[in-house]
Amino acid sequence: MLVPLSWLHDFTPLDTDPTDDVAVRALAEVLNGLGLVVEGIEPAAGGPDGVVLARVLEIAPIEGLDRVRRVLVDAGRAAPVEIGCGAWNFAVGDVVPLATVGAVLPGGRVIARRSLRHVVSDGMLCSPAEVGLDDDAEGLLVLASTGRPDAPLPPGMTPGQPLGDYLGLEPDVVYDLAIEANRPDCLSIAGIARDLAAKLGLPFEVPSPRLEESGPPAAELAAARIDAPQLCRRLTGRVLTGVSVLASPVRLARRLRLAGMRPINALVDASNYVMVELGQPTHPYDLDRLAGGRITVRGARRGEELVTLDGQLRALGLATRGEGTGGELEEAVIVDGEDRPVGIAGVMGGADSEIGESTTQVLLEAAEFEARAIGRAAKRLGLRSEASIRFERGIDPLGVDRAADRVCELIVEAHRAAGAPLPVVAPGRLDACAEPYRPRRLTVRTERANALLGTELDAEAIAGYLRPIGFLAEPAGGDPLAGAEGFSGAGAEGGGAGGLLAVTVPSFRPDVTREVDVVEEVARHYGYEHIARTERRSPAIGRLSGRQAERRLLRRLAASTGAHEAWTASMVDPDEHSRLVESKLLVGVANPMAREESVLRAHLLPGLLAALRRNAARRYGSVRLFEVGHVFTAPGVGAALPAEREHLAIVLAEEGDSTVDAVHTWRLLAEGLRLAPEGYALEPLGEAAGTLALGAHPTRSAEVVVSAPTTGLGAVGVVGEVDPDVLATFGIAAERSVGWILLDLDALLVLPRRSPLARPVSPYPSSDIDLAFSLDEATPAAALERALAAAAGPCCEWVRLIDVYRGPGLSEGSRSLTYRLRFSAADRTLTDAEVGELRAGCIAAVEAALPAKLRG
Amino acid sequence: MRPVPDHEQIELTRAELDRLVAGATGRLAGCASGEELEAATSEVLGRGSALSAMHRALAQVAPEERPALGEAINAARRAIEEVVERLRSELSVRQRAARLQADRLDLTEVLPSRLPGHLHVVTRVWEELEDVFLGMGYEIAEGNEVETDWYNFTALNIPPDHPARSMQDSFYLDHGGGESVLLRTHTSPVQVHLLERGELPVYAIVPGRVYRRDTADASHLPVFHQIEGLVVDRGVSFSDLAGTIDAFVRAIFGSGVASRLRPAYFPFTEPSAEFEITCTICGGAGCRTCRRTGWIELGGCGMVHPAVLEATGVDSETWTGFAFGFGIDRLALMRHGIEDLRTFVENDVRFLSQL
Repeated sequence: MLVPLSWLHDFTPLDTDPTDDVAVRALAEVLNGLGLVVEGIEPAAGGPDGVVLARVLEIAPIEGLDRVRRVLVDAGRAAPVEIGCGAWNFAVGDVVPLATVGAVLPGGRVIARRSLRHVVSDGMLCSPAEVGLDDDAEGLLVLASTGRPDAPLPPGMTPGQPLGDYLGLEPDVVYDLAIEANRPDCLSIAGIARDLAAKLGLPFEVPSPRLEESGPPAAELAAARIDAPQLCRRLTGRVLTGVSVLASPVRLARRLRLAGMRPINALVDASNYVMVELGQPTHPYDLDRLAGGRITVRGARRGEELVTLDGQLRALGLATRGEGTGGELEEAVIVDGEDRPVGIAGVMGGADSEIGESTTQVLLEAAEFEARAIGRAAKRLGLRSEASIRFERGIDPLGVDRAADRVCELIVEAHRAAGAPLPVVAPGRLDACAEPYRPRRLTVRTERANALLGTELDAEAIAGYLRPIGFLAEPAGGDPLAGAEGFSGAGAEGGGAGGLLAVTVPSFRPDVTREVDVVEEVARHYGYEHIARTERRSPAIGRLSGRQAERRLLRRLAASTGAHEAWTASMVDPDEHSRLVESKLLVGVANPMAREESVLRAHLLPGLLAALRRNAARRYGSVRLFEVGHVFTAPGVGAALPAEREHLAIVLAEEGDSTVDAVHTWRLLAEGLRLAPEGYALEPLGEAAGTLALGAHPTRSAEVVVSAPTTGLGAVGVVGEVDPDVLATFGIAAERSVGWILLDLDALLVLPRRSPLARPVSPYPSSDIDLAFSLDEATPAAALERALAAAAGPCCEWVRLIDVYRGPGLSEGSRSLTYRLRFSAADRTLTDAEVGELRAGCIAAVEAALPAKLRG
Repeated sequence: MRPVPDHEQIELTRAELDRLVAGATGRLAGCASGEELEAATSEVLGRGSALSAMHRALAQVAPEERPALGEAINAARRAIEEVVERLRSELSVRQRAARLQADRLDLTEVLPSRLPGHLHVVTRVWEELEDVFLGMGYEIAEGNEVETDWYNFTALNIPPDHPARSMQDSFYLDHGGGESVLLRTHTSPVQVHLLERGELPVYAIVPGRVYRRDTADASHLPVFHQIEGLVVDRGVSFSDLAGTIDAFVRAIFGSGVASRLRPAYFPFTEPSAEFEITCTICGGAGCRTCRRTGWIELGGCGMVHPAVLEATGVDSETWTGFAFGFGIDRLALMRHGIEDLRTFVENDVRFLSQL
């Protein structure tokens, strides 16, 4: 909301000098402190120096020049001034601005004497843009047209008079305020002035419009009706006849411009001016273009259309929900006497009934439309107007009449200022009322207010903060406060801090519906900065949950392998993603920003591969990355929400990285988490491999599965390499291998852990035995290792694979695996005979259980 | 060197002993290596040595002269042994020096090795914030990123038709029928889950990823991270909120940074406030970043709206509370002098490995 300082001054006597930067900023701080946040401060200069009014006396061609004419003007000096001028939109007798020699125009241009052939140009006649009034640079600013060089000038206008003085242009400053959604009252200059005046202890008043009514009553000239009480509570209208469509007075037009609105004509401008000033939108119709001279509010019907003021054809009545529920979900439309839409209520008027050059009679509509209906309509039509924003947040139901009167007053003033015949305001208003306004009354407990705020205010102080912003606050009945003496006696009775206040909420604060809303108003005007700061300690001990601590640990373990943490997109390309994950598992975004971001990721691999590809394109393809994040898959039958899981993924794409590095990394993670080795197993990818294994290299990856079948969790993750076809799909050179780990944290972190109890270590010497077996390629080494460990018994400290050999001396389809086992006993040194027995036992167990043979 | 004498012929006199010691010393001193020294040592002290011969000859000496001569022989032996010990030690020092010299390595010529990777800047700031609040006794609550309308809006006093839930701001999900489902637009749905749990008081923070339909630019991402706090207890007041904000602002930014509150509007708090902190660029003197005010906005806060407590079945007369929230990413920008939020999602390893 753009707020010119001078406009605030119309309502409260602020003493801020717009040219004093310190004072201007101090006022900004007051506004900030009220929650009317200043987002910008823009100074506006007064009238340009050296520019005066001049009356055109004579216009003549200059020989040899086509585009420039010689103009003689009366600028209040002894002799007429001679000017060369290239504009053509003026005539003898017109009053125009003259920039005299030496004048500096708002753009910084300095006016000098010039010669054009035999003409000496002693200054420049100016366009609105040149004097900084408008962006209109087509032709001169014509301030008055008198037709003859000697005709009388309009009152208050003399040649030679400084333009700024004539226009009443004072230096000003414009505050750009961010108005919160709960402050519809501050979508008006008057509302902001009220809040400021209350804070600064200044008087505040909204002057009542003064109207002279005459002629036939409004009700004989036009009519207004509400057919949809659920969409419109109040519809009122004023009728003006004998109007001229003329330009607004310069001062009003300037204010509108400073407030960010474009002046159009005096009728439309008056309506806009009042919307900014009082927050009440109104709409002027050309009464002659309204069939039957009447307006009615009703719900839009399916199939209706309207061309709005902006020239767009709008389809109406297309609400998709709640059909047959009485139409309260439809847009409210204004229709004429033939039931034809002439405006979308509260949003935008129709082009057909717009004020035009020929308008002589105006029906001015002012209404209170249902806030939510306007919000819905504006949203559905994609048309948020200054009016709809105000209706949507709630206008002042008691301000409707005043606003209509104020528009009429301004229209009459505009005619008076231009010296035009005054229009006639018909006596009385058109008035349809669906639901009379009933003020809201709340009880506010002083004690509660203090408890919420941490203050020690008494009832009188609270009332004192509320009254200047329009709240009536009186001691409530049934309370010791209530009595003839009112507040003055409250302190003496000792009831001050516990007193009840009966608060009447002003009509312009629809947001205040509960006690706590009133408490906020008290806090705002008391000043947040005056509320003491107290310490409140949590009675609990703060600590990470197990999950949180282990997530932190996993991140550090992943990073310790040299992987950097990435943050990839949660919304991804369905085409790319569906190369990995079946489309029916993907969760679509209903209103994506782009098709490439229209599904939720179901898997972390595509994002990390894309990151890899991007780094590779920048010659940093040798890299390891990891990510911890949520993934989403379509909900199962009956589930309300998509399945949401937290995954950890690591891509190992440094030069030479492969499955081996992935296994090393997995072991590091497993060790860091102290996973019990018997609690999980690495199983080759089978036909039944799940979603986690998507994109994994089929023969160089393994699923991490839960060993204990009772837990029923199934797969925890996958360790291995990325499928080369997937790499190719994502544009990563196929000749490299990329290691890959994906873990589902929900499953991983419930795997059994090693016992926290320490085992004593044997003080006696230990013995090692090495055993080499030839083992069928189809049998995993893990099976051999498990068999050894089981046979080795409690004296075995560890079983370790120390060599893998493939080559001569082995039968086709098998390899040699050499394991070392270390034995010790807690209470003695094992004898050679005992170790020999263990060795034989291990060999026998392995050969019995597996297609394995000890190598000689 | 003299020819090796026939020891059995050696005269057992003191003069001969002195010569013998002198000869042995010279012989030992000429040794260049440990092996030579050991060979020479056994030559001069071993069984075949002149000294041993002398010792044997002692038996032939008159008994009255024997103790004195025996003592002289032992003294000679000790003298030679001392020389051997000294030379052994000297040789060992020289050998160690030579070995060390041969093993010399320039540590700056070692090839680069793999270094640990880095946690994302956002993760680091996130964890740092968690630690501050853990220290204040808060629990860390987490929630899903996909939520229903009820948790994201309605329960938070954002009724249907409220501008905050417009399609322009939220990402809705394709879902056949039922309640509309969306990517949470703030971490506040977790407030509702916390309150629904029914265990009071609550002192919790909620960090997490949130989604808003904003076009990505230097200061906006459609996906970003937020942290919010929720305290609900008996007798919690706005002044507790102001004090808590002051406390964590100082914990995060240092004691030189102050905070202030100014009125604002959020549907789920009342009274509501924005909180600002001393501009970290100019220290409060006023600069371009803080638009000459000396303050920069950090986040929003307020007293939990009674409607939120009521929606979750909490008695709003007995229990009151406050909530606050701010952006983690923006804090990471400030802390590390990063100008463009989009840097965070580019995943350029040159950025990731820096901080």
